[in-house]
Amino acid sequence: MALTNDHTVKAFDEDLNRLRGLISEMGGRAEQALLQAMTALKQGDLDLAAQVVRDDKKIDALESEVEQLAVQTIALRAPMADDLREMIAALKIVSVVERIGDYAKNIAKRVALMDQTRSIEAIPLLMSMSSNVAELVHDALDSFAARDAELAVRVTVRDKNVDDFYNSIFRTLVTFMMENPKYISESAHLLFVAKNLERMGDHATNIAEMVYYVVTGEHMEERERGETPEESAAAEKEQG
Amino acid sequence: MTQDDLIIADPKMRAQGVNVFYGDKQAINDVSIDVGTDLVTAFIGPSGCGKSTFLRSLNRMNDTVASARVTGKIELDGEDIYAPSMDVVQLRARVGMVFQKPNPFPKSIYDNVGYGPRIHGLAPSKADLDVVVERALVRAGLWDEVKDRLNESGTALSGGQQQRLCIARAIAVDPEVILMDEPCSALDPIATAKIEELIHELRGKFAIVIVTHNMQQAARVSQRTAFFHLGTLVEYGKTTDIFTNPKQERTKDYITGRYG
Repeated sequence: MALTNDHTVKAFDEDLNRLRGLISEMGGRAEQALLQAMTALKQGDLDLAAQVVRDDKKIDALESEVEQLAVQTIALRAPMADDLREMIAALKIVSVVERIGDYAKNIAKRVALMDQTRSIEAIPLLMSMSSNVAELVHDALDSFAARDAELAVRVTVRDKNVDDFYNSIFRTLVTFMMENPKYISESAHLLFVAKNLERMGDHATNIAEMVYYVVTGEHMEERERGETPEESAAAEKEQG
Repeated sequence: MTQDDLIIADPKMRAQGVNVFYGDKQAINDVSIDVGTDLVTAFIGPSGCGKSTFLRSLNRMNDTVASARVTGKIELDGEDIYAPSMDVVQLRARVGMVFQKPNPFPKSIYDNVGYGPRIHGLAPSKADLDVVVERALVRAGLWDEVKDRLNESGTALSGGQQQRLCIARAIAVDPEVILMDEPCSALDPIATAKIEELIHELRGKFAIVIVTHNMQQAARVSQRTAFFHLGTLVEYGKTTDIFTNPKQERTKDYITGRYG
């Protein structure tokens, strides 16, 4: 798909460009929120955590700005074909990015609940997981900006890594809790952090799937997914 | 989607390898398309793309243009409409037409609708004709508005009513196909909506082909859309596919407003 806009009505191009700009900005902010929340978690930086919570309002505001602009464009310009697909994708992508921002905020809120004098071995794993997730979010939004269906497919494939990380962190934390019952509260918080990261990866995948739809007009085939700990636990229970 | 999904099982009209020339100039180049009774077909494309020319070749309206020449094959129920044995007057009764500007006869509303059935011998008595006129006006959604003034002139009606009168006139002779050439371009949105509703009502009873410049209208009223450009049929497909995911770059550029 050509990136150049050459609609006969130039104002339509302006609306589209503004929409893309807003989504890029929103994505950048969500990615930054994730990285800052994880830094705050690692360093016990309460100020940084509070800033992530504050900045989330900006992400929410961008979401409603994109929604308004998309609805207005659909009403006034009656977009067709790839333009129409882009509007629909824009609406869906911003609600997903907003969720990603919420997960980052949720991680930031947990920073204050951690006792920083104790060290839990899962944290370095969580840091690696989060940089994977941040890359996924980044690449998913890049694929939208560049209309790159191949990059979008690679994002969905790479989400498997994030799921593997989650499974491994889940086991690590469960073992850790059994060995150190007094760390159960903190470990439970870290489990939620891991779950948040895993959900962010899924959302990056959702964005990638929307991008694929915008570019090709087809829906991406359902990819092979690894089992989550919830699923494997349920499977074990059934067998047992 | 496969090509099989697009096959019309029992086409009412079938055009194969149709070329239309005006003198030396070729206006239509090798167009093949089937038209069915259950699906409304819309022809879209920029001005001068040949969509109206092609529409007019479906009931031999181009015969009235001295320099026009049609080659290829157009069949109505398997019968070649350009065969020497074809009675053109009969053909145009079977393949009716509604034009861009409403063109009622300068006669009463009743006579506008009754004229066709009378000359085609569809209504032997006055009582028969009353029934035919009423039924056509009911089908065209105009009966309630004009039943008390059937003797007033057709030209005294509003534009939208005149156009529905023309549709009533076309369906009064019980055609098999109705060709509409921009039937709403001279109408306001309410009158347009009434015509579109009427097209929806008539679908299944007649094969309907509509030429329109208004892509929203094509999207609203048709199930199949054909995109014409420079005299060729660029893309034919389900209307939903053409407007959400056209396969040809030229179709996409046109419907998204990037054309030219």
